[in-house]
Amino acid sequence: MERHLDEELSKLKTNLLKMATLVEEAIHKSIDALKKRDKDLANKVIEEDQRIDELEIEIEEEIIELLALFQPMAIDLRFITTGMHINAELERIADLTVNISQRVLEVADQPLLKPLIDIPKLASQAKTMVHNSIDSFVKRDEDMAKKVILSDNESNKLRTLIIKELINDYMVKDGTTAPRAVPLLLVARDLERICDHASAIAEDVIYMIQAKMVKHHRERLQKE
Amino acid sequence: MEQFIGFMFLRICIVLVLLALAIILFDIFKKGSATINWEFLSAMPRKGMTEGGIFPAIIGTFFVTIITALLSIPLGMGCAIYLNEYAKKGKLTRLIRMSIRNLSGVPSIVYGLFGVVLFVQMFQLDTSILSAGLTLGLMTLPWTITASEEALKNVPQSYRDGSLALGATKWQSIRTNVLPHAIPGMLTGAILGLSRAAGETAPILFTGAAFYLPFLPKSFSDQFMALPYHLYIMSTQHHAIEKVRPIAYGTALVLIVLIFCMNLVAIITRYKLRKVRME
Amino acid sequence: MNVLLKDEELKSTEFTENNIKVCVEDFNFYYDTVQALKEINLKIRENTVVGIIGPSGCGKSTFLRCFNRMNDTISNIRYEGNIAIDGNNIFDKDLDVVDLRKNVGMVFQKSNPFPKSIFENVAYGLKINGIKDKGFITERVEKSLKDSALWEEVKDRLHKSAFALSGGQQQRLCIARALAIEPEVLLLDEPASALDPIATAKIEELIHELKKKYTIVIVTHNMQQAARVSDYTAFFMLGELIEFDVTNKIFTNPSNKITEDYVTGRFG
Repeated sequence: MERHLDEELSKLKTNLLKMATLVEEAIHKSIDALKKRDKDLANKVIEEDQRIDELEIEIEEEIIELLALFQPMAIDLRFITTGMHINAELERIADLTVNISQRVLEVADQPLLKPLIDIPKLASQAKTMVHNSIDSFVKRDEDMAKKVILSDNESNKLRTLIIKELINDYMVKDGTTAPRAVPLLLVARDLERICDHASAIAEDVIYMIQAKMVKHHRERLQKE
Repeated sequence: MEQFIGFMFLRICIVLVLLALAIILFDIFKKGSATINWEFLSAMPRKGMTEGGIFPAIIGTFFVTIITALLSIPLGMGCAIYLNEYAKKGKLTRLIRMSIRNLSGVPSIVYGLFGVVLFVQMFQLDTSILSAGLTLGLMTLPWTITASEEALKNVPQSYRDGSLALGATKWQSIRTNVLPHAIPGMLTGAILGLSRAAGETAPILFTGAAFYLPFLPKSFSDQFMALPYHLYIMSTQHHAIEKVRPIAYGTALVLIVLIFCMNLVAIITRYKLRKVRME
Repeated sequence: MNVLLKDEELKSTEFTENNIKVCVEDFNFYYDTVQALKEINLKIRENTVVGIIGPSGCGKSTFLRCFNRMNDTISNIRYEGNIAIDGNNIFDKDLDVVDLRKNVGMVFQKSNPFPKSIFENVAYGLKINGIKDKGFITERVEKSLKDSALWEEVKDRLHKSAFALSGGQQQRLCIARALAIEPEVLLLDEPASALDPIATAKIEELIHELKKKYTIVIVTHNMQQAARVSDYTAFFMLGELIEFDVTNKIFTNPSNKITEDYVTGRFG
């Protein structure tokens, strides 16, 4: 039976995809700005965050309306609550790209501390994780969601590696490098946080599909 | 347009029916009211019923109706309660119910003849108020049963369930929870049946009604005069029909008023009991 | 055993032998030749509320009416299998159905107060059971009306007709009437379907209170209501028990596709 609710749900899905696209773009642009030391691009990311904030509120209101008017049950309920979480996670990711862009503004006028190798690697990992987590939501693909969660370990390792290198090879040896090293350090931390949010999205997707809470219980995921 | 024609047709139907009724009532009231006075109602007939009143006929009809009521109301209600509440819903019950419906269509003269055989001859009650009353009672039974059953059917099943679910036995549930709702309807049916019985001639013709008795019956085993039979004699059997015509009209009026009163009682009973229930 | 089960305990469908109040085993029910209930197996735990949901004609009311054998009033019915309350088979030949109904109270979809005063309505069950002690009856009527959250509203007009009450009050009166004879199991057949939302909410609150003392089975058309009031939910369709589980599970993650389609309104 075709339901009125189905129409509303597909509208919600479209809006979430729109949100995801904007956020993925923001990640891409902020990293691009860092690589190219492009202040204009960084400023653009900061500006465009407003659009994402507005969309977040719009989607949240839509979801509250759906909950109140349709009192959804079972898979509908799980879909909608998952949508609510994804919406919030995406907005936080967007905020992190703003952070990264602010770091770009700080370092853009100074010479580069070192050639960027690991940071772009972490960035592309973050982009992939965000993309795949959203993809797993759209396709209701449990395996893809699991892969996203499991790949979070790598991003943690990569971040630790970057930070250690920045501290040990630069800041410890020559204290004057600190103003240039700290922003990069923060960028690494922010990128890793984006990865965390992506795996949080993937956890919600697994809840949506299986109604199983893997949040804070990653071991449940490993067992299978 | 089609609708208009339809309405007109239906309107004409109702007007015709009401007109016929009005003419009959008007005729009887006009001709009958001239005859009616206190003497007519309270005196014995005199001089071969050409003079005097119809007092014994009124009394006779009254007592016969009492006998009829005593037979048909308890028996009819009992049957209805059994049929509707206790009997299993099967072919036999359906057959019984159908037979009862059919019995109410049997011509009244047949009941009269049956009454002669059963009460007058077999039970040796002779021609008497008792025989006539019982015969009328039998005739009214199908009516009473059917009306009572309808009344019982109108009591929602949920009322029965309500008390059964509290651990009441079937009879407790019927007595305390079904009958209070059904009794108004049952009584209405019974009284309407009685009013019909009071106006019948054929069943009492052979079982107890007397042609001419210028005194009152002393007991239920006496013969009696009855209003409908008296009317029948006055209008067809009397040796001086033209002369007694006013008496016939008077009798007819009294009979109509009597039956009207009984129906009124039925309506009031129902209204009152229903009100009590709703309060 | 007037103790509320903790949430954790409720989450399990593993029952121990001593907390099962009602046990239904391989139960079949026929109207004439039509099979209305097919192979039902179900256990109901003491002091819990079991909600029965399902589309019209799925047999949920028929099932409810088996617990106090109200179906016995219909001719040409037949059943197979067992229903045991406290381990005693309710279809046992030696069992008096009148006694069974004293132990298993029932409230119907349409409130059906008797054409009597409020007091007499509640006292009815006691009186037909031969209780004559006036003090005892008065006490029990008051207690039942308090338990059904009606006392405050009617205490000044106990001897007025029950018909003067509002629909919701009448339904609570029917609950009070059932409570007066102190049953152990309470069956509710769509008790709020004819009531407005406020009266419905009162009934639901009441059910929540009552489960401290009674084991309750409620049939409802309203899924949200089942979700709100019941600890366990049974989903019936076409005479079959499709799924029986903790209520939370049924409404967030039913195991069966048919259950999911039903609770999300994809059919019905």
